[in-house]
This record gives sequence, structure tokens and C-alpha cells, in this order.
Amino acid sequence: MILLSPIGTLGRAVLQTLASVGRVALFALSTLTHMLRPPFYGREFGLALLNIGWLSLPVVGLTAIFTGGALALQIYAGGARFNAEAVVPQIVAIGMVRELGPVLVGLMIAARVTSSIAAEIATMKVTEQIDALVTLSTNPMKYLVAPRVLAALIVVPLLVAVGDVIGIAGGYAVATGSLGFNPATYLKNTVDFLEALDIVSSLVKGCAFGFIAALMGCWFGMNSGRGAQGVGRATKGSVEAAAVLILAANFLLTGAFFSL
Amino acid sequence: MIDLSSVTKSFGTNAVLRGVDLTIDSGTSMVIIGGSGTGKSVLLKCILGLVTPDAGTITLDGQDVTTQDRDAFLARFGMLFQGGALFDSLPVWQNVAFRLLRGSLKRPAAEARAIAIEKLRRVGLKPEVADLFPAELSGGMQKRVGLARAIAAEPEIIFFDEPTTGLDPIMAGVINELIREIVTEMGATAMTITHDMSSVRAIADNVAMLHDGVIKWTGPVDRMDNSGDPYLDQFIHGRAEGPIEAVR
Ligand SMILES: Nc1ncnc2c1ncn2[C@@H]1O[C@H](COP(=O)(O)OP(=O)(O)OP(=O)(O)O)[C@@H](O)[C@H]1O
Ligand SMILES: [Mg+2]
Repeated sequence: MILLSPIGTLGRAVLQTLASVGRVALFALSTLTHMLRPPFYGREFGLALLNIGWLSLPVVGLTAIFTGGALALQIYAGGARFNAEAVVPQIVAIGMVRELGPVLVGLMIAARVTSSIAAEIATMKVTEQIDALVTLSTNPMKYLVAPRVLAALIVVPLLVAVGDVIGIAGGYAVATGSLGFNPATYLKNTVDFLEALDIVSSLVKGCAFGFIAALMGCWFGMNSGRGAQGVGRATKGSVEAAAVLILAANFLLTGAFFSL
Repeated sequence: MIDLSSVTKSFGTNAVLRGVDLTIDSGTSMVIIGGSGTGKSVLLKCILGLVTPDAGTITLDGQDVTTQDRDAFLARFGMLFQGGALFDSLPVWQNVAFRLLRGSLKRPAAEARAIAIEKLRRVGLKPEVADLFPAELSGGMQKRVGLARAIAAEPEIIFFDEPTTGLDPIMAGVINELIREIVTEMGATAMTITHDMSSVRAIADNVAMLHDGVIKWTGPVDRMDNSGDPYLDQFIHGRAEGPIEAVR
């Protein structure tokens, strides 16, 4: 019995994990069906677009410009060891568009949007506002969850696109400003090197990460425990889950797009 | 008519409801009394389906509440939550008119606003309050906004969870009268939870006392004083000594 108990513990943990994966999957599915069926709450959707998209622009822009700049410096320094300094524009472009743009924007959205969605919905849950919604004949899945997830699904790829461009601009500024690159050649090299697939993969990743970020915020918020502690736990859990899932999804998507 | 039969509900090891049987006739006012933490709020939430009972059946007009169309079912209800449960992202008038601004009862915003202001007036709040946010109101004002929201769409059945807690005596009197009016004039069915014995006498047609997870006593309000039930007697007179242990 004593020997078996660690196996039992492990088994229970695995079962619990599988059960919560199942529940999240069902939640995601129900979110998707609620997106497609009326009633639709336009005002909520508009506010979500504003919050997730427009108001995230500063943080996305700043993250991207510094990362692009640092990337240019690193590639220049690293490339110099092989007499390959000239590849800066190509590597900055591919690095930003394929990986860093989507991942950094995804993580910033997890920090900024997932946390605020989770805290907001969890507070509503704790103060019985979700119950009140139900008694006022309003489905919280439709009123709270669907607009936020749909908005993230639409607007995060756009943020990623903006991040990609600003990141490349950061690299361009550093390369032409202090590394002695010719501006016209830098831009030409960037544009010539990028392929459609790079851009498509970037946007698809943006969709996936936006979906994950908003979904985790909603899931943890709707399943929050009681009291202020419950709200705190929900917020922390949502950001952790969103960040890890975004990185895992990034790995899978990179594999799917580029290892064939 | 709302009918509960052998309704039980536990949270983990905490058996809150242990077989509640209760009938509320249409167009009457039922007041639920009972000690703090005995499960009065949980009972209301069970009827609305916000909490799923472990066992037992709840019927509305003879039909099981779990098999009814949720939207149609909920459209018949209004509920004032114990904590108010106002939407803090919306101004007061949009809280009150929530139902009138979306869904099947949707009407033009100006009309909904006018109704909201009229309902606010009925709970003793001035029109200026309409454009404030819930966080800018006092506790008692929030309670009254919650009340205005519960009655805004003029539902058939209204649940009030402690409508007068946190109100001054005059305002409490106004609210008691309002609830009575809603039942007698609009013919609504009301279920009210209160700890205030003067509210009980002002609002109730019938009284039910919840204790130890069951309805210990139920009957018309005028039989409350000579019920002969030691639990009820101790409760309505607020005595520390009696069958209900005050200090656990
Ligand atoms: N969601 C929940 N999870 C766990 N326990 C709960 C939950 N809701 C209520 N309880 C428990 O059920 C019991 C009854 O709670 P309820 O809110 O119904 O009391 P009440 O009779 O309304 O008390 P009061 O008069 O103080 O409002 C309490 O012990 C409470 O801890
Ligand atoms: Mg209560």
C-alpha cells in the first residue's frame, strides 16, 4: 500500500490535469459557439477591441522597438566573427516576423490583457455580478467571454503586425544610425528576404496567442475562488497559464510552418 | 406557485439545506427568516438555478425548473442580491435599466432611462443619482439601486435578499411599503429574506423559518406570535436562551 501510494498520487495528479484540460477545451468550444450565435453585444465587443488592441499599442511598440534594436546589435556583433555582418537586415526581419514579434506581443498581451480580464471577471464573480447577469437573462458566456475572446482573436494579429514592423524599424534605426548600413539597401534586403509564409505564420501565431490570452483570462475569472484571495489566485493563474500555453503553441506552430 | 420539496444542498462537508419543503402561492408575499448562515440566500439561489441543489425538486407552476426554457424562466424573475451586485462598469441608470437595454425587452435608450429614473424615485433616490457609478454611492444607496433594478422590468416573481439591511428606519419603512405595494397592486409573488422583525410584519403574508437546514415553522404572519414553536418564539423575540444555541 505504502509503495503504491506515490503511484496513486501521480495517477490522481495526471487524472486531475486531464480533467482540467478537458474542461478548458469544453469552455473554448462553448466560447466559439457563443461567438457565432446571437444575441451579440456590440458595445462589449467595441470596448474589448479598444482595451485589447488600441490601448496595448504603446507597450507593444516599445517592446518591439527595443527588441529590434538589440537584435541588430547582437547580430552585428555575432556576425562579425564570421565576417557576416551584412546579414543584419535579413536576420532581424526573419527573427522579428517569425518569432520575436508574435511571442513578445503574445507575452505582453498575457501580462496586460489576460490579467485584467481575469481580475475583472473574478471580481464580478466574487461580488455576485455574474449571478446578477444570469438573473437578468444575460448569458455571461455571451456578454463577457465571447466579445473579449473574439476581439483578441481579431486584434492581436494586427498588434503582431504592428510589432513586426516596429521591431524591424528598431533594427533599421540602429543599423543605419550606428552600424553604418545604407538605408536603402537595408530596406531592400529586408523586403526581398521576407516571404509570404513568414508573414502568414506571424499573423496565424497572433490569432492563436490572442485566443489563448483572452480565453485564459476568462476561464480563470469565471472559475475564481471566493474573496480577494480568489481574485488574486485567478489573476496569477491566468497569466501563468497564458504565458506557458503561448510559448508551447509557438513551438508547435513554428514546427508546423517551418520544419516541413 | 413555487413549490420546493426535499431540497438539499451541501458545500463540501457543510450540509446547508437538509430537506427543505416550502410552497409559495402566486400573488403572495413570503418572508424567510432564520439565523445568519442558515442558508437563506442559498435557498433563493437554488430556485433561480444559480446554485444546483444536490437533491429534491423545485417546481414553478407545476413544472420542474430544471426542464424549463432558461430564458423564459428567468424573464419572469427579478432578484435583489444581498450585496447589491451592481455592475460597477455601468452607471446607475444603465444598471437599473439593464434588462430594458438588451434582449427581448429592449426599448429605446431614452425610454429605458425614463423608466430607470422612475424606479429610482420609487426607492427614494433622486434623478441625479442616475449618472453616478455604483462605487460613488453609499451602501444603502447601492442596496436601493439593486432594488430598483430587480423591479425595473416588472417581473411576476421577485426575490429580495435583505432589502432593508443598512437603511435608516424611515427609508426601511419606504422600502417595506414598496414591496407590499408590488405584491398587492401589481399582483407579484415576492420572497423576501430579512432579519428585521418589523419588516416581517410589514411585508409578509406568510412566514417561514429556516433552521438547521429545514423549514422549522411556516404559516401566516398573524399566527407567528402564538405559534407555540419554541424556535420561532426565541427567534422573533431575539432571546439568547432557548433551543437555538446562540454561541456555538
Ligand atoms: N458558493 C459557496 N461555496 C461554499 N459555501 C457556501 C457558498 N455559498 C454559501 N455557502 C455556505 O452556505 C451557508 C449558508 O450561506 P447563506 O449565504 O445562504 O446564509 P444566509 O442564511 O443567507 O446568511 P445571512 O443571513 O448571514 O445572509 C454558509 O455557511 C456559507 O458558508
Ligand atoms: Mg444571506
